[in-house]
Amino acid sequence: MNRNLIGLTLLETVKGLEKRSFSLEDLNKAYQVRIAEIDKHSLLSNSKLLNCYITVNSDSNGIPAGIKDVFSTKGIETTAGSKILEGYIPVFNATVIEKLEEQGISVLGKANCDEFAMGSSGENSGYGPTHNPWNLDKVPGGSSSGSAAAVAADMCVFALGTDTGGSIRQPAAICGVVGLKPSYGRVSRYGVIPMASSLDCPGTITKTVEDARKVLEWISGPDGKDANCTKNSFARSLLTKLKNLHGLKVGVPREYFGKGLDIGVEKVVKGAIKQLEELGAKTVEIELPHTEYGIATYYVIMSSEASSNLARFDGIRYGHDRNLFGPEVKRRIMLGTYSLSSGYYDDYFQQAAKVRTLIKQDFEKAFEKCDVIVGPTSPTTAWNIGEKIDDPLAMYLSDAYTVPASLAGIPGLSVPCGFVEGLPVGLQILGKYMDEETVLNVGEAYENATNWRKEKPKL
Amino acid sequence: MVKTSDIDVKKVAKLGNLPLSADEEMAYKDQLSKVLDYVSQLSQVDTSEVEACFNVSNNSDVLREDEIKDSLLQKDALTNVSKKKDSVPSDRQGFFAAKGVFEE
Repeated sequence: MNRNLIGLTLLETVKGLEKRSFSLEDLNKAYQVRIAEIDKHSLLSNSKLLNCYITVNSDSNGIPAGIKDVFSTKGIETTAGSKILEGYIPVFNATVIEKLEEQGISVLGKANCDEFAMGSSGENSGYGPTHNPWNLDKVPGGSSSGSAAAVAADMCVFALGTDTGGSIRQPAAICGVVGLKPSYGRVSRYGVIPMASSLDCPGTITKTVEDARKVLEWISGPDGKDANCTKNSFARSLLTKLKNLHGLKVGVPREYFGKGLDIGVEKVVKGAIKQLEELGAKTVEIELPHTEYGIATYYVIMSSEASSNLARFDGIRYGHDRNLFGPEVKRRIMLGTYSLSSGYYDDYFQQAAKVRTLIKQDFEKAFEKCDVIVGPTSPTTAWNIGEKIDDPLAMYLSDAYTVPASLAGIPGLSVPCGFVEGLPVGLQILGKYMDEETVLNVGEAYENATNWRKEKPKL
Repeated sequence: MVKTSDIDVKKVAKLGNLPLSADEEMAYKDQLSKVLDYVSQLSQVDTSEVEACFNVSNNSDVLREDEIKDSLLQKDALTNVSKKKDSVPSDRQGFFAAKGVFEE
């Protein structure tokens, strides 16, 4: 019974509750047991543990969701994965938490993440690394590491993450689940501990594309507290439930299939694109010529905004001393402070902001020729824990295919599309600004035509 | 762009209000130089005719009605001040206490 419950998608769970096949109490109990078995609160001393959650909420009594620990949750400790915030208990909820609670969702646990969402592997958490459910020696990706691993390991019905440069899409790909980064401004950032304010996007990690669509309907829309979130809520268009993709033009950027892309991943992703063609889509080759400058542009803008945002941690109103920041956070504060400092601003921050315009224009031109853009989410599958931790630049380059869309503010979805040597691969689908609808339709059509989402890690 | 090997780590750490140990200073000087060398490729891009993009939403001057709304209560705002004995800041008679700024 318990096994069956935790395997359900969000929509199946909602249906089961409506039909009274099981109760919310059954549901929460099943997930609490699952967490006790395989997360760090394990009763079985010999088993290796995932470490998906920093805090588990034993009072959860709604539909249980895993919430990345950068979302403020009233009365529940919120650390952003940092020791500087250990013991911090917010006195208010983030807007998305309020919106989820209105739908009967409750916080099952606060999911582990790279400190202040800075990292691509989950290893920068002050509370220990999260392990990949498909292979416990591998990283789960990051920074929404615990959120993605918890969904993959059936430790929540769905999860919330944040995506600044790929932090939802990349861990979702590497853990074999669905990750949606909405357009910048689609979802309010109020109550989200900020990293880079012009890039941060709250979004979803789910078992299916349908679930992603449902959660986006719930969490999107303005709240009067985020000046960049003024558009309407996302609502499913009444026209569609696409059975096939006839008439759809899919752009394939040659820059996303070059140096640095693992051969196995390339093969799997090209197979997925072929499948889109079989569903009726027409592929067109497109160019995103400024892709090669994506990582450099991103690291200057992100670290500049982060250094400014993190200035608030002064230990006076909340949190502890600044020497408790971890190494990656300090590195980014240093880089950002340098790029913004007198004499360097024009060369670094200003120049990066101009190149950002060119990257955004690349996408605008490409979307004149196609409806969505597809390619790999991550250049490789999950790597070994510890492998890149001493080489920041190598770690940064693992975000090469996700960062450009973040700079342009457009929506992106990662959908499971196969395996290489037992490790999951994600297909990234990018859309026009505020056109989550088409992105989700393509993802759903692909998901319905394949069985990848039914594969589960053996735990 | 400037020669990044000349990065003054002590000065940047001071501007960033970061207490760094001598070991950290050494490590960051090396790592930051490498990252700055990498990002210096941005100078190859011709941006003479390009406007900077600081935000993609194109919103500006988003205002709300000038109505009084509830905000955090004083007692709630003070619930997360550091309880540690060795740190100076703490809750004092309903105020935040900060370290002294002016000399006696």
